[in-house]
Amino acid sequence: MSSAVISTSAASGRPFLFDAETVPETGSVPTNSPILEYSKAHAGSAVLDGMEHGPKACWRHLQSAINQQRIPPASITPASRLEIRPALEMVSSGVPAIDALTGGLPRGCLTEICGSASSGRTTVLLAALASATCRGEFCALVDASDALDPQSIATGVDLDRLLWVRCGENLTSKNNSREIPRQLHSRNDRPAEHRLEQVLRATDLLLESGGFGVIALDLADLPPQTARRIPLTTWFRFRRAVEHKPTILLSVEQQPIAGSCSSLLLQLRPARENLLNFDDPHSQEQLSLCDSILPTHADLLTGFEIKAELALSRLNRKPAYSVMFPTRTAWAG
Amino acid sequence: MSFASIYVPNFPVAAALRAESELQAAALAILEGKPPLEKVIAVNEKAGRMGIAPGMTKAQAELCTEIALRSRSALQESSAHAALLDCAQSFSPCVEDTACDTVLLDLAGMESLFGSTSDISHALSHRAAALGLAVNVAAASNPDSAVLAARGFSGITVIPPGKEAEQLRRLPVKVLFADRLEKDQKEQADRLLETLGRWGIHDLQALAALPEIALSERLGQKGLRLQELARGSSSRTLVPMEPPMVFVEEIELEHPIVLLEPLAFLLNRLLEQLCARLGSRALATQELQLTLTLDSFHSSDIDYPSLPSQVKSSLFSRTLRLPLPMLDAKVFLKLLQLDLSAHPPGAPIMKIRLAAEPAHPRSAQGGLFLPPSPEPEKLELTLTRIAGIVGENKVGAVELLDTHHPEGFRMRRFAAEMIRKTRGEKSGVAEPGSTKEKSAVTALRRFRPPLCANVTLKDGQPVKLICRKREIQGDVLWKAGPWRFSGDWWEHEAWSRDEWDIALQNEASRGAVAIALYRLVHDLLGGGWFVEGMYD
Repeated sequence: MSSAVISTSAASGRPFLFDAETVPETGSVPTNSPILEYSKAHAGSAVLDGMEHGPKACWRHLQSAINQQRIPPASITPASRLEIRPALEMVSSGVPAIDALTGGLPRGCLTEICGSASSGRTTVLLAALASATCRGEFCALVDASDALDPQSIATGVDLDRLLWVRCGENLTSKNNSREIPRQLHSRNDRPAEHRLEQVLRATDLLLESGGFGVIALDLADLPPQTARRIPLTTWFRFRRAVEHKPTILLSVEQQPIAGSCSSLLLQLRPARENLLNFDDPHSQEQLSLCDSILPTHADLLTGFEIKAELALSRLNRKPAYSVMFPTRTAWAG
Repeated sequence: MSFASIYVPNFPVAAALRAESELQAAALAILEGKPPLEKVIAVNEKAGRMGIAPGMTKAQAELCTEIALRSRSALQESSAHAALLDCAQSFSPCVEDTACDTVLLDLAGMESLFGSTSDISHALSHRAAALGLAVNVAAASNPDSAVLAARGFSGITVIPPGKEAEQLRRLPVKVLFADRLEKDQKEQADRLLETLGRWGIHDLQALAALPEIALSERLGQKGLRLQELARGSSSRTLVPMEPPMVFVEEIELEHPIVLLEPLAFLLNRLLEQLCARLGSRALATQELQLTLTLDSFHSSDIDYPSLPSQVKSSLFSRTLRLPLPMLDAKVFLKLLQLDLSAHPPGAPIMKIRLAAEPAHPRSAQGGLFLPPSPEPEKLELTLTRIAGIVGENKVGAVELLDTHHPEGFRMRRFAAEMIRKTRGEKSGVAEPGSTKEKSAVTALRRFRPPLCANVTLKDGQPVKLICRKREIQGDVLWKAGPWRFSGDWWEHEAWSRDEWDIALQNEASRGAVAIALYRLVHDLLGGGWFVEGMYD
């Protein structure tokens, strides 16, 4: 038992282009053949059981279906007249190495940046925001954990062009306390689900508002099991909302959660990770950024190296490979 | 030299209809006086056909079941009068406030802007209709003739120069006394009208034909003045006034409103009137002030400890400050609704007052090659809605403070348009490649509030850390520091701390081992240790 699927457009959301020119041997079928219209009209759903694989076999079966009057013969549009999806506009991510890896960030698509703690996710996110504000675009950051450090973004991001949505429990009238709390605080008084709900609702509103160059969702501190509770339909809705718009939808998380809705998936990890062997004291010395003989105040965190891997791209079919790039701290000069 | 007069016939009814447009198709009577001695003072045409006439008592008028009775409202009439002035002011800077229902404007030099006198008259009528007023408009070469024609002829009347007497001759004499006069003046006018009636003078043509000397002998200078008016030959200078830039609409309710939904309908009506008035003056607004007078019984007799102090004083005010001048009643209504949902009045509403602070509309032209920016109206609504979700002080742009404190920032209102206006070109053409040449800046993710930690020290240096979060604990693999910071020692909120950058081993995804870099802080004043953030 074999079957032929007429359309496979789940990833792109577009009907399969069934071009008459690809089946020249049938010859007698005009360009406005009902078969083509049928393939368009039933895109995404029609599965013809019992067919052989391949376009010619498919064409034969469709022709026989017409002869048996199972397909309405009217109003067929040739594939050459169908709308062709324009090439996506790629813009700089702010990190030259990532631009070389992916060609930049695609507008009108969802891009996921994944990685564990200290893998450089936030660094890449802020670089993308800096690049966008530098282009004169307005950006929005929906911060699920209220984790943004304004001092970190001050060097590159135009603060006037960044809308920061701080999710989490409502703060008191004094929103940024200038004292370190002297008692043990619960990190999250409200459950993470509440913050997640705030993120999704705020993102919906921002996407609806439009006009932003980048809308970023910072879910990096949410537990993966919580982040995975976002329904796939929500990601489909987000993807649909940014489609054909000049907005880059970025999502930063620990693990990929958007499934087939993301057009680009970047997996980040610390570049030194594979070199570490904590049982080996020599490797621990490698970890030290400066010689451990020196006093601790002589050491300085000047940055770390990040390895970025292109885990998924629906934009081109290049084999996955990775790049490494350094980061530097603001005080490193 | 020509003048135009705008007259609102049956002004109390017109003011009521402007406030309640749904009464346009109904029979309406306006009552005045203290209960139970209320009397009908004005009726609309439909009520007149039903036999309701001014002077009837309320009880008599109520015999007609289909009639809508409304008390005369000074607030509505003052709003209608202000709208009338706005209408005139939108065409000419030289406007005379002749009476509460009549304005006069000088049309000299207006032809090049608005066309012929007839065109201007039509435009005046349309503008007044947009402001909710059905008016008579008349244009003539002298002010008094324009006023008489507006009061005497319905619709639009244009009197060519020199034809004043011919046009006005059909008007009844009582049009000369149509001013809303004080009581003693009114009695005097009634006596004059009665005298003229006894003489058989019923229209202006007859009055104009009377011999001047004989008229002067019998009625004095007043008679001559009336004859001049009837002949359309009077001449006087306009008394221009500068309409105040006050845009206030008020409504007093017969029955208190409890729910926000019916309040929204009334707010919508007031906002539309305000926007129409502002629009007629080519203005917008950047600040809306809503003042609700609450039912004093509910607000004072019942103690609501949780309610704000405004409620207890029976006045509840909310001010809506906009980042940019706007003029969209729908946006204003939505913003007010969201604001009132977040801050409900807490008691029944008796009176609504809505004031708009006028501002010049924004004049910004987007460049073809500038990146798109959010629409200000849409953005404001979006921000208000998001503020309703996450909290008021938790959405906006960041503004760094002049301090070394690690949390030295504050949130401020995010305004897209203002930035484009002030620095648009500079930032719009910034070279994107400039960021490529530098390496990415290491970001810090802050834990708000910082996580308390138990730190084991060796030689004054952290060697082991235990924290509530499972992934932030273990031996310190690497450390740098301490970096000492302090500040604000001259204030109560003094702070002093030692910062350490440390590396910890933690478990990454799928059980793999990874290293994470954290910022560890020792509060020198409080003595505690905190994990303040993570380098990511």
